Formats: sequence, structure tokens, C-alpha cells
Amino acid sequence: MTTRSSSPWITALRSGAIAGGIALLLTLMGMVKTFDERDIVTGVMSLGTSLLVSIYLVIGYGTARSHPGSPLGVRLAASTLTGLIGELFLVGLVLLGQRVNLRPVFPNASPELYVLLQFGGTGIRAYLTMAVFGAACGALGAGLSLVPRQFRGPLITGILAVVLIGLLEDLIHITIGAFPAVVAYTDWMLASGVQNGLTSAGAAVVFIVAMLVVLFWPGIRGVSQTRIQAMPVGQRHVIAILAYGILAVALLLLPNVLGPYLTDVSNSVMIFVLMALGLNIVVGFAGLLDLGYVAFFAIGAYTMGILTTTAIGGESGQIVWGPTASFWTALPFAVLFSILAGVLLGIPVLRMRGDYLAIVTLGFGEIVRYLALSDALKPYTGGSQGIVEPAIPSLGRLTASLSSQSLYYYLLLALVAIVIFIAIRMRDSRQGRSWMAMREDEDVAQAVGIRLVSTKLLAFASGAAMAGLAGAVFASKVGSIYPHSFDLLKSINVLAIVIVGGMGSIPGVIAGALVLFGLPELLREFSEYRYFVFGAMLVAMMLFRPEGVIPEAKRKQELHELSEPGGEPAPEVLASPGGAGSV
Amino acid sequence: MRRFFERYDLVDVIMWLIAATILIGALLGSVKTVQSGKYSAATWVDLTLSGLTQGSVYALIALGYTMVYGILRMINFAHSEVFMSGAYVALFPATWLAASGFMNENPVLGLIILFFVGALTSVTVAVLLERIAYRPLRRAPRLVPLITAIGASLFLQYMFRGLFGSTVRSYPPMPRLEGSIPGPFGVEIEYIQILVIVAAALMMLVLYLYVQRTRAGRAIRAVSEDKDVAALMGIDVDGTIVQTFVLGGAFAGTAGVLYALIYRQITFFMGFIPGIKAFTAAVLGGIGNIPGAALGGLVLGVTESVGTILFLDGYGVPAPYQLKDAIAFIVLVLILILRPSGILGERLARTKA
Repeated sequence: MTTRSSSPWITALRSGAIAGGIALLLTLMGMVKTFDERDIVTGVMSLGTSLLVSIYLVIGYGTARSHPGSPLGVRLAASTLTGLIGELFLVGLVLLGQRVNLRPVFPNASPELYVLLQFGGTGIRAYLTMAVFGAACGALGAGLSLVPRQFRGPLITGILAVVLIGLLEDLIHITIGAFPAVVAYTDWMLASGVQNGLTSAGAAVVFIVAMLVVLFWPGIRGVSQTRIQAMPVGQRHVIAILAYGILAVALLLLPNVLGPYLTDVSNSVMIFVLMALGLNIVVGFAGLLDLGYVAFFAIGAYTMGILTTTAIGGESGQIVWGPTASFWTALPFAVLFSILAGVLLGIPVLRMRGDYLAIVTLGFGEIVRYLALSDALKPYTGGSQGIVEPAIPSLGRLTASLSSQSLYYYLLLALVAIVIFIAIRMRDSRQGRSWMAMREDEDVAQAVGIRLVSTKLLAFASGAAMAGLAGAVFASKVGSIYPHSFDLLKSINVLAIVIVGGMGSIPGVIAGALVLFGLPELLREFSEYRYFVFGAMLVAMMLFRPEGVIPEAKRKQELHELSEPGGEPAPEVLASPGGAGSV
Repeated sequence: MRRFFERYDLVDVIMWLIAATILIGALLGSVKTVQSGKYSAATWVDLTLSGLTQGSVYALIALGYTMVYGILRMINFAHSEVFMSGAYVALFPATWLAASGFMNENPVLGLIILFFVGALTSVTVAVLLERIAYRPLRRAPRLVPLITAIGASLFLQYMFRGLFGSTVRSYPPMPRLEGSIPGPFGVEIEYIQILVIVAAALMMLVLYLYVQRTRAGRAIRAVSEDKDVAALMGIDVDGTIVQTFVLGGAFAGTAGVLYALIYRQITFFMGFIPGIKAFTAAVLGGIGNIPGAALGGLVLGVTESVGTILFLDGYGVPAPYQLKDAIAFIVLVLILILRPSGILGERLARTKA
């Protein structure tokens, strides 16, 4: 996008058109309007406005950066022009929309949208306001490019922190509501009411704190690292054990702090972590792109459902056969059947690579769903009515003392811990090295004596086992199994987690699940645009950072060996979300 | 080393066993269905005809897959969205032309306008896709453009959903296209079926001649053979690649309008199933092979339409048509096991397959 063109003005025109196109698209998709209902800073900035601001700002920043040789004034003017042209597209939309009814084509082009875009004003004044708004955002972008490098990161982190905390204000309210002492101290920072974000003072505090933390983080980290390294080995072990101990205790106490709703969300996130860890073996370690991964999840869920449901009989909504086993009896079978399905799928695709493999696995996933939906298997799978009332895990006397959310929380936490352990051990084993060798070059791997057949099948089987496990717990947790829970989008969702987090990187996958599944789950109005954003993210990741946000070292090397050596400066330590387990 | 070869052969045996089981199952099912005498000859002809119609649409989409695959060695996963975009955007002129009565007075001109709008939209989407998402990744490892394509597909689907809403929209009724002429065995051949089959056949003929006989077509073939050598011969590789995306987009857009004229219903998600089917058709015919894509489309359309009932009804499977899509996927797996080069394809080198 930032090709060096002859004149900054031409760049400005082109970037302006791109900015305008993006702004127009997001506006007509209804994002600006929907997001406007959520305030980030009460009365100052809504999420909708900040969306527009960030478009012009980022592209204006790009314009200023693409001509480093031009004089300061020219760069500033070019960025301003970029923002102005961008906003002119929206002026055009308002002008057109007020004369012609666009709603038959674009359902989101409502009169309320135009009022919103005009910032509540009318007539020529409103258009002038819009133009000034766009130009100012573009100019701010140029201003950002002037900030010295070492302050730019902290500045951006500060802004992002304000946005994030502003978005999560409702949840923070709920969470700290249980601790009156905390509420008394933080009340002035959070606006009252629903979806109102931070107060201006609160925003300032969050911004400054986040900025300072990032500014001094490298220093603090450096000092503590040198200190720890200076210690004798035994002491270092103690510190590591202590750190993990604190993490474990915090995780164990979490449901008490989070309350039932957030605990439930974390359970869903952990189910996705389980799936993503499994897919990470198939895609990340072994390099086999599996688009039908949800099939194994479905097989786990259906096994759990069929083996444990109590709704058996000839009536509608019931299946004809089932042993009504307990959760714990059914769980190994769910994993076993998923493994069998993994091997069964693995054999026909042994000879296929890349693209073919992707399509065939996708087909496999769809076949499983069609079979579950069809009338042919209805007596056994319930068809579109699904299976209800699978068993709940029983933990003896503990079951009664725990709420159902906490019960699943502890169960899933234990499973996630076990699966992470297995995944790490597998990665570091001879098997893991075979997978990675195969990922990098199948022919060479074969030549050095790796058995492709067993290596591939083991990857499919272990991935399938983890998905089956996740599916079985999912079935029990949700309490019903319907075929529509197992569509392609679920596979894509997990794939997005693995890719954005970093293929092959276990901490990356966990962080990916938290951000890509947890956040949309918490911010319900985003969920409509969830897959739109995922799609954009997948493309952007592949274009700019194919190794993922938290990359695995080998993978990163492999992806960058093709580009010219030293072509781009390595970005310094990025602020990594959810730094759990990054040792 | 010997043990390794033993294992390898075992895999072959298992794959052949799977394939043989499916084929024998299909054969037995067919015999049972025919013996049951539940269906008359007219039904079979009717099913074949609708299979051919459906297959023509698959063939048109498959051309886009096959040409892009031939030239870039990647599956353009977002091609199904290129198809969808044409069908979707042509809905608006269709609605206006039908409402104003223009469609009734000048059905031919009206259809040409619809095809033009559909093709233009799809071409735009295809070219933007190539420019933004695929071109920067031409030298990247294989998995990278594939994931990009999946992301682009998701992006386009949900962009259309956001722009035009998630409801199912329908094409207006077009009285001039309704009606039929009598065919053999007392079958009625609908006008729309004739339109689809003839339009597809004409377009594919034109494409074949274009690729085989013109200078630009020769450039396309040269680039798909070897990009670097083609560039040395003075061929504009980037331009040629864009040209294939334009051709594939135009065909997909036309296919989208034809599809919409048959089924009427339009959603943002409509591209997925035809897209996968068309890919199957492209593989069936031999990927990278243009007449192969046409043949593959027709064979798949008929297999799906006739085969679903023929193979499954004899076993007393209730509502076999629900498994129509599963049949298409099984066909795909079978071909990849039995003959990965497709019906007309040459034996591909391992780098191509």
C-alpha cells in the first residue's frame, strides 16, 4: 500500500480514497452505528467515532511515513488531505442518502445514521464539521509519526488500554461489585449506567498508568532477569515454582471473583483452548491444514450424548438407543472414537498436500454434519432435533458444594493443564521434531528416515483426541447436542485462533483463544461482525506477520528465510496479551 | 527400508479397499433401486436434465478455479464469494427491471444487462482479491496464500452480510422465462434449463477458443507452464495473472446470475456449497484443464442429481436428497484416491498435485 510514488500529493489522494472506501464500507455495514451505542469515555468518545478516528489516523500516519524525505509541512498537509478526502466520502454518502432512499439496497443507511455522521448538526455547518473532523484526524496521524520512536509504543498502548478498559467497563463493574472496599476507591473512574465507559478522569489515569508501565517495562524486566540469572540454580527453581504456584492459586480462586456469568464465558474459552491446542498439533506442528476439525469435536459431543443421555424412547426428541452411562465412563469413549475418526480421515489424505488436504478435510467435516442432520441417522443422532440431557460430571461429594459453572471450570482447568502438558511434551519429543521436519519439507523428512505415514496419522489422531475431549465436555456443559453447533465456522474459528496466536506456539494459542473467542463473547454487539473481523485478520496476519502474534521461534525463522535477510527491522518486544506461561 | 515400503503398500491397499467398498455399495444400491421399479424413465430423464443444468453452473464456476490453479498453483478459496457477489449485486437491477416492466418487454436485453452487472461485479471482486490478498504472497510458503484465501472468503461473506443484511432476498419472478417445451419420454424441458445449458456451452466454447487460438491465450498457457521462463520470453506475468482472474470472475459472475435465475434465493452464504462443488468438478475433470472443468461440472451435476436417488434409494434410506452434498464430497475423495489427475488431466508432477 505504501509504494513510493513520485509525489506526496498523489499518495495523499490515493490513501484518502482508500480511507474513504474503508470508512464508507464500515459505515454502510452498520458498524459505526452499532458501535456508537457503546461509550469509551463518557460523553467524549464513543466506540463508533473512535472507529472513524482510527481509520483516518492510521492511514494519515501511513501517508506521512511514506515520504520521509519531504519537508515537515508537506507531510503534515498530505496527511491532513488524506483524512479530509476520506471524510468527504461520508459527506457524499450523507448528501446522497438524504435525497435518495438507500435502504432497499443498504438496510443500514438509516436517517439516524446520517444524523450520527453529521455529529448531530444540520446543513452546511454539519458538512464543515465533518470535513474538519476528517482533516484533524489525518493531521493527528502525521503528528503521531513525529513522536520519537521510543515514546510511540507507550503512547499507542496507552490509547489501546483506554479503549479496552472502556469497553469492558460493564464487566469490571460486575466483578468489583463484590468488593465494596474496591468500589469506594474506583467509583470515580467508571461512569455509571450501562455501556458508558470510563469517566474523563478515569481515562486519563488509565492512559498514564498504561503508558508508564510500557515505558519502564523493558527496564524492570531487564533488572529482574539479570537478578534471577545471578541466583544459584536451586533458588531459581524456587522462584519458578513460586511463580507457577501463585498462578495456580489465582486460577483456582478465579470463579469466586468472576461470578457465574464470567465463569461460564471462561469455560467456553477453555473449551476453545482445548480445541485450539489440538488443531495446533495438526496445523502448527505438522503443517497439515485441517478445515474439518470440527468433525472430531462433533464426534466427541455425539459420543457423550448417545452414551449418556437419559432421553431414550420412541417419542420425538428422543433417540432409540443409549446405555445411559455416566460422564466418566463416556469420556474415554468420546476420545477413543475421535481418535478412530482421526485415523480414518488420515488414511485417505496421507498422500495429499496443502490445498487438496484442506478441501478434503473440509468435506469430511461437512459429511459428518450432514450425516448427523439427515433423516437416515435420525433414530441414533436425533437429526435436527439433536440429543438432550447428556450426563453431568459427578465429583462425588464435591458436586453438591459447587455451582455448575464452577464444576465445569475446575474440570476444564484440569483438562487444559493436562493437555498443555501433553502438547509441550509432544512438541519437545522426537515425535514433535518429526512433525516439524515434515512441516518444513516432506521429501527431505522422508529422506532422513521419518515415516510419513505414522507421523501424519499420529498428528491427526492427537489433534482429534483433544477435539473429542473438548466436544464431550461441551456436550455435557451445554446440555444438548445439535448439528448446527458443528458447522464450518467453528473450524474456521479455531483455525483463526491458532493462526493469529502463532502456529505451533502454545502460549500464542492460549492468548488467541482468550482474545478471539473471549472478547467477542463478552462484547455482544461485536459478535455480528466477528467473522468479518476474523477474515480481515487472517488476511492481514498472512500479509504482515505470518508467524502469528506470539510466534514460535522455528516457525518464524522458516517463514522469513525467503524474504531478503535483514529486510525489515525486527519489531521490539510487543505488548503481549495474557502472558501466561511465557517462559 | 524394506519395512517402510511394506507400510506404504498397506496404505495403498487400505485406500483401494475404501474405494472398492464405496463403489460396490453404489453399484448394489443402483441395482436395487432399478429393480424396485419405483421410478419411471421420465423421472430419470428429468433428473438428468436438472443435473445437466446444475452441472453447467458448476462448470462455469469450476473454470475460475481451474484457471487460477493452473497459473498460481493455489485454490482460490474466495472464488465462491466471487460467484456470490455477482449473483447478489445483479439482484438490484433485476428488481428494478422487473418492477418497471422492462424485463417483460425486452427479456433478451434485460438478461444481458443482468449478466453484465453480475460479471462486472465479480470481475471487480476477483481483481481486487488478486491485487490485495494474493499478489504480495506469490513467493510465500504454500500454506500462507491458502489461509489468506480462507480469510478473504470469510471477509467477503460477512462484508456482504453487513452491507446487504442477513435476510434471504429473492429475485423477482420473470414470466417470460417461465414455461417449457415438450421433450422425450414426456418430459417438460423448462426455458430456464435451456438458457443455462446453452449459455454455459457458448461461454465455454468462447473461452476454449480464446485460450487455444489467441496470443493472450497463449500467454496464459505459457505462464501456467512456467512463470519465470514466460517472463524471460517477454510475457507480462502480472498482467496475464490479472487476466485469468478477470476471466474467472466474469464466468463466476455469469454463473451467479444463472444460478439466481434458477433458484431465486440469494443469501450472503450462497457461494459456499456451489463453490465446493465447482472445485470438486475442477478436480474431477483434471485441475488446470479447461475442457476438463466443463466435463467435470456436468458429470458432477448428473452424479449428484441422479446418483443420490440411484445409489441410496435402493437401501431404503429415508430422504436421500438430504445427502446430496455428502455424495459430492465422497466423489471428491474417491477421485483423489483413485485418479488424482482427474478424468482428462495429465499425470501431474508432485509439485503440482
